[in-house]
Parts: sequence; structure tokens; C-alpha cells
Amino acid sequence: MSPKKTGKKAEAAAAEPRPLAGLRRVVITGAGTINALGHDVPATLAAFREGRCGISQLDFRDVDRLSIQIGAQVHDWRAEDYFNRQQILLYDKFTQFALLAAKQAVAQSGLDFQGALGLRSGVVLGTAGGGLNTWDENYRTVYEEGKNRVHPFVVPKLMNNAAASHVSMEFGLRGPAFTVATACASSNHAMGLAFQMIRSGGAQVMLTGGSEAMLCFGGVKAWEGLRVMSKDACRPFSANRNGMVQGEGAGVFVFEDYENARARGADILAEVVGFAMSSDAQDIVMPSAQGAERAITGALQDAGLNPEDVGYINAHGTGTAANDKTECAAVAHAFGHHADRLMMSSTKAMHGHVIGGTGAVELLACIMALREGVIAPTIGYQEADPECALDVVPNEARQARVDAVLSNAFAFGGLNAVIALRRV
Amino acid sequence: MTDQIRDRITAIIAEQAMLEPDQISDESTPQDLGIDSLGLVESIFALEEEFDISIPFNANEPDKSDFDISTMGTIIAAVERLVAQKAA
Repeated sequence: MSPKKTGKKAEAAAAEPRPLAGLRRVVITGAGTINALGHDVPATLAAFREGRCGISQLDFRDVDRLSIQIGAQVHDWRAEDYFNRQQILLYDKFTQFALLAAKQAVAQSGLDFQGALGLRSGVVLGTAGGGLNTWDENYRTVYEEGKNRVHPFVVPKLMNNAAASHVSMEFGLRGPAFTVATACASSNHAMGLAFQMIRSGGAQVMLTGGSEAMLCFGGVKAWEGLRVMSKDACRPFSANRNGMVQGEGAGVFVFEDYENARARGADILAEVVGFAMSSDAQDIVMPSAQGAERAITGALQDAGLNPEDVGYINAHGTGTAANDKTECAAVAHAFGHHADRLMMSSTKAMHGHVIGGTGAVELLACIMALREGVIAPTIGYQEADPECALDVVPNEARQARVDAVLSNAFAFGGLNAVIALRRV
Repeated sequence: MTDQIRDRITAIIAEQAMLEPDQISDESTPQDLGIDSLGLVESIFALEEEFDISIPFNANEPDKSDFDISTMGTIIAAVERLVAQKAA
């Protein structure tokens, strides 16, 4: 690392892509998703533009025994539309979501991993719960129904690395492949590591993002216990917010060495320019503004960005009392006077909190901001909160040209991960 | 009956706060007793289990809850009400 520059020189340096001594530039050349707003990226971005809400009454077995009955479930989900019988037996829903998103991303990138490229490519995905539906269904079988035999695929379905492994098999990715589990920051940690691996030359292409399918009786029941869930709506930054609403789905991206992407004439969606992670080392559930701020500032420094370069932040914005005010305090402190000029929205009011997959789904809003100049709104916003006094792009999408963006994720356990992107 | 409920609640909160029951009065707030947000949620769960009741409490808006958790006295009154409702 070079010594920190100050004043005009630093500004000039930050305005240009940083010359990386021995480090490679990393770009995004493909994106895929499935979530409550749609089964692909165009449908999701359309919902972002319209400010459409994907949250509705939950629909699964024993939902009547839950006190929280709303969520952002993937609508019109029929696994048989995408997978054959044998695949459905082997893939938990979180793996199905990841595979579907990965196929879209790879198709968009136009990459073919046969031969040498496959050896230099890998996959790192985030998930918090892994195959939770599989756990749930099979516990029910042995405990509630009293059966003594379970299907032979239970373990390969439920393991947290199942999605990453199946993605590696689907495309022949024979380099680094693993899963990151840092609760609500899993996807951001995964994408940050993928970025670092390509930047340092450890891989040429990485499929990365995350997936979560926690909307089942046991998954929601567990969250109920913590008493942080809303029974009616997700209203990030609004004074009358009363908790988070869970979602499900996946986002997967193709991260690629810039030189490689340019040489093959790929359509570059955005450049990944910085990443930082920090730990609060403080409390298992209560967030710390200092910990969040260190991750934000770290990502700016890693990217060589000045605070005023950032036009938009996709917030963690869960809609809980604690997160939203802490996040606003962290952003206000990290950005100083520029905090009043940048836009920050939480898209969780639309797609729900996709837990280990949430940062990946939210990165789509960052790419939309950079590429289309459309800022996804914070819907459900009703009352100003003096503790969240930033421009949260309330209720309606906004046209604005932005050159650099951040995506925040702050997990239970005090684990923070912030990614910086810029327009190419 | 009511005294018994009070004693059972006090015992639960005392255990959570790692105090003796006689160190807790009606005026004690969860904060006075050193009970943090997670400890509060845990205490509410323990009270639900003890009395087989369902306590309406959302950690995001503790003030708006029908279940007033501001002091031991209000907690005891609210639990007594829920126990009476259950019996009715």
C-alpha cells in the first residue's frame, strides 16, 4: 500500500481507476437472481423502478402456527419448471435458487469454462441457513411423524456448501470453491473474497453471491423467538418501523479479471473497486456504529475513493429500530457533510431480508444505479425519524447519475462487510 | 394466588439478573437490574413458559406494546392480567 495522499493530489488520484501495482482490476460481467420480485434480473429491476413490494401472506405447511405470517416468498415457484425429478431430490431450495441465478449470470457473461479457464475459475457463495427446508422436513419426519428412516440425500442436500458445489459442477469450475456463513453479511463477505481472489491473481473468474431459503415453519419460528420481526410491513428508516420481514432467493454474479473481460469484448456491468470487513467484537445481536463505520471507511480506502465520490449506498436497512439508526449514525460519521448529499435506500422493503443472500440481491440495485442512473427507493416509508435523517429515497425511484456506490451489510454477531462499485 | 405469581415472576427475573429476589422491588427497571435487550427477550420467554401465556412484545417498539416492561411492578401487573385472561 502506498502512503496516504492528502488534498488535491488525493482527489485527482481517486478520480482515476487506481493503478494497482501487481493487482488486477475486477469487473462484473454477468448477473442472475430469483427473489420475491421476480425470477430474473429484468423482472427484479422493473420492480425496483416501480417500487413494487414482494411481501405477502406466507404460504407453507403449518403457517397457521406462526405469529409472524408475512414474508417475501418467491412467487409462482415450481421447481419442476427448472429442474428434473432427480435434481429436485438432490437440491434443497437454496441450491435450486443459487443454480438458477448462476445459470442466468453465466449466460449473460457469455463465458465457457471448458479447458484452462475452468481451472482458473471458482465459486464462493454466502448462505446463513443452508438447506433449512431439508432440516425442517426431515426433523418433522423423525420427530413429529415418528418415522425411523430418512431419504439418503438428506446430508448432501442440507450442507451449507451444497449450492457452491453444485454450481462448480454445473459449470466445471475447478479452482477455489467454498461457502461463507456470516448471517446477514454472508453474500457481501463472499463477494468481497471473490473480488480479493481475482485482484490478487488467485483466480481469473469467480461466480459469487449468495442464496437463502429460510421461509419454512422452523425457519420463521426461530426468528419469531427473537421478537424483531414485523407482523405487518418492512418500513426501513421510517419512525414507525417495527421490525424486519424475511425474504428468500439468490443473487449470483460473474466477477472477472478486467483484462480478460476487455480482451473478449464482454459487456461490463460495473467494476468492483473496494471491499472491507470489520468485527464489532461487542454483542451477538446489537449492532455497533463504530464497527459499521470502520467497514464503510475501509471500503472507501480500499477503493481509493473519496467520500464525495459516492452517490448512492444500498443500505443494510433491515427496518429494525436498532439497525437503521445505527447504520445512519455510521454513514453520517463516515461521510461527514457529504452524508447529507448522498442517497441511501434499503430495498429490503421490496424483496425482504434475504439473510445470507441479501447482499447479492441488493448488489443489483447498485448496478442499476450505476448503469441506468435509477436509484431504487425505500418503499413503505411513512414518518421521518430524526435518528435516520438522511436522503433515503422514500417510496419512489429517482433518476440520478452516480459514479460510485457502496453496498452495506451488517450481520448478527457484529460482522460487517461493505463493497464498493464504480461505473465503467 | 397473586402473591404466588409475584414470587414466581421475581424468581425468574432474579435468575436472569443474577440477583437475589429480595434485591428486586416494584420500582426496579430492567436497566437497573442490568438486563439488556437480549436478556429482556429471554426473560419474556421464561415468563411465557412459566405461566403458559403469550406475551405480545416486539423489541422494535417496546413502548407500543400492550405489555408494559418499564418496571417490575408493571411487568407483574401485565403477567397477572394475562394469567387471569387465560383462566377466564
